[in-house]
Amino acid sequence: MTLAEMQFVPPDLYPVSAEIFLLSMACLILIVDLFVRDKKNTLSFVLTQLTLMGAALVTVFTSARLLSLLIAVVLGPEAATDLTPRFVEALGIPVGDEITYTFSKMYVDDLMGDLLKLMLYLTVMLVLFYSRAYLLDRAQMAKSEYYTLTLFATLGMMVMISANNLVTVYIGIELLSLSLYALVALNRDSISATEAAMKYFVLGALASGLLLYGMSMIYGATGSLEISAIAERLFNGQANKTILGFGVVFLVSGIAFKLGVVPFHMWIPDVYHGAPTPVTLFIASAPKLAAFAIVIRVLVNGLIVVSQDWQAMLLILAVLSMAVGNFAAIAQTNLKRMLAYSAISHMGFMLLGMVTGVVGGDARYALNAYSSSMFYVITYVLTSAGTFGMILLLSRSGFESDEISDFAGLNKRSPWFAAVMMMMMFSMAGVPFFVGFFAKFSVLQAVVAAGYLWLAIAAVFFSLVGAYYYLRVVKVMYFDPPANKAPIAAPMNARILMSANGLAVALLGIFPQTLMSLCAFSLLRSL
Amino acid sequence: MEFKTFVFYFLSTVLVYASLRVVTLRNPVHAALHLVLAFFSASGVWILLQAEFLAIALVLVYVGAVMVLFLFVVMMLDINLDRLREGFWSYLPLGAIVALLMVAEMSLVIWATSSDLFDHDVAQTAAGYSNVQAVARLLFTQYVYPFVLASVILLVAMVAAVALTLRGKRLSKSVSPAQQVFVKSKDRVRVLQMPSEKRE
Repeated sequence: MTLAEMQFVPPDLYPVSAEIFLLSMACLILIVDLFVRDKKNTLSFVLTQLTLMGAALVTVFTSARLLSLLIAVVLGPEAATDLTPRFVEALGIPVGDEITYTFSKMYVDDLMGDLLKLMLYLTVMLVLFYSRAYLLDRAQMAKSEYYTLTLFATLGMMVMISANNLVTVYIGIELLSLSLYALVALNRDSISATEAAMKYFVLGALASGLLLYGMSMIYGATGSLEISAIAERLFNGQANKTILGFGVVFLVSGIAFKLGVVPFHMWIPDVYHGAPTPVTLFIASAPKLAAFAIVIRVLVNGLIVVSQDWQAMLLILAVLSMAVGNFAAIAQTNLKRMLAYSAISHMGFMLLGMVTGVVGGDARYALNAYSSSMFYVITYVLTSAGTFGMILLLSRSGFESDEISDFAGLNKRSPWFAAVMMMMMFSMAGVPFFVGFFAKFSVLQAVVAAGYLWLAIAAVFFSLVGAYYYLRVVKVMYFDPPANKAPIAAPMNARILMSANGLAVALLGIFPQTLMSLCAFSLLRSL
Repeated sequence: MEFKTFVFYFLSTVLVYASLRVVTLRNPVHAALHLVLAFFSASGVWILLQAEFLAIALVLVYVGAVMVLFLFVVMMLDINLDRLREGFWSYLPLGAIVALLMVAEMSLVIWATSSDLFDHDVAQTAAGYSNVQAVARLLFTQYVYPFVLASVILLVAMVAAVALTLRGKRLSKSVSPAQQVFVKSKDRVRVLQMPSEKRE
């Protein structure tokens, strides 16, 4: 069959409608912004939030499986079996397979992707609400491009989450990274922000090179770029093992860089510290979801046959990250930098779940292990958004509030926000009955079930080291005399959201079962 | 000698000459222009190999965009050539050894793996077969999703460039001729009424 004879089937645009909606709205906001002269960019802000909300609605109401899952969670399983067919009929949602492909299998639509996308919209909306007051206070940051670039970055993450082809994976990562480089440099009069952007850009280009090199080798070894086809050919043994091994090494290195785990972590502290805090908040939250999706898509869906190879690599990365991240965080006086090292250690902990999926060719515990990782990453994103949001909440014009000493005596200034921050810190440290505890617990359960007892002990040890610097923040807030007594100037919506965020961390800790079973169920239907 | 062979040798001679001049010329603008010539000749060789898409891309992307940008940079920045040339003779022995090693390694690899490298003819395609068409067909069917997303990446690059460089209103002082012509003598000269004072 020659190319000319090949029949082209127009792609089914239905599963991609959320992406199409988001892209069209981003372009619309770019154009609308040209004609509106408003120093506060209120219209761009409102339109961006509406876009994210709309994308969430489109995602829910174009996917029968997500709709039935959400109804089951809210109203119970009986309501789901009863209500879903009615909704599906009324809205004309096509009920297809569990996993739908479109665009010549470049794009995959499954329950895991839907769930992660919902979390993604929620996180980005939270980020934008927290950032709003900070941006208004600083004339050099009050640009509407902040909102459009955030939308484009969100689109990149959606592409990553739904990628079923190495080309799409790469394009999604580039779309996200390019928007992030520009966002970091957005305050161009700040030397530290420009330096952070430059470092991020150069190291990011290097990581993209590693990733592409690995992808080209895997293409050479298997003869396909499509992730499901790669898995099939590996399963049938139609691959050059040597080249494949090299390809996996480069691919894992590239992904490790994007996750920010040791020894590919050098950019994290500098970028987190140098970037404007709203951008740090964005980088520290949403992209972790997309990076998790990439790990699942490429390593688990595509390369599960060679899981021995990449699990060994991830094991080393995970242990090193927990060690370096936790010990280096102790020495920090800047809260953003401390949280950067804590992010490194948390990503290491998350990788433990990926390491223990397949034991000696036996994939019995895989679902348990991967869903514990997914639970970990979702709850980490929620907590991380809250802590960086708190820095933004306490900042005013001309005052950054990003040193740990700036939190001194917060209890005297605002007992409620001190309590919220304490919940976040306890959750990050893994104190029982906050959500971080259950995240760590479920990962450790998977590690012990897989028979890596020493690994579980090491993870607990490093978590104990980590508890020191989280509790230090709590100590500073409650027992140190306040350095400044100015009242908190944050707007009401950010305060309400921050309270909700803190309560979510506490409530998910008491009732973790719903989210945990959501993760397990979505992975069960997607792998 | 076939005409095609003659064209190949002609293009190759120009290519080798231009490449040599790129590294030997003292003037960076001339060197860049010779690099343009080298790219152009190389694209001619590719056309002879029936790889017309690569040839077009080389001319459009490298000659049309990259080299023009490069020339801009060379002309706008005042590069001190004498400082760049400092220490040429002291670096030469090490550089020569590295270059010779690379040549030796390359020839070993070529010798060992493909002794019959030069015996093969180039695969001939049917008359009327177009590389450009084949690439386009794939790009707009199977790869349309990443292709559209690549355009979004370019849009992001544009938005980012504007966001990072546009400074809004010009901050320098400038003259508006439209307002200048309406100036009156009153605006220029101020007459002060002062009582006369006596010397004491």
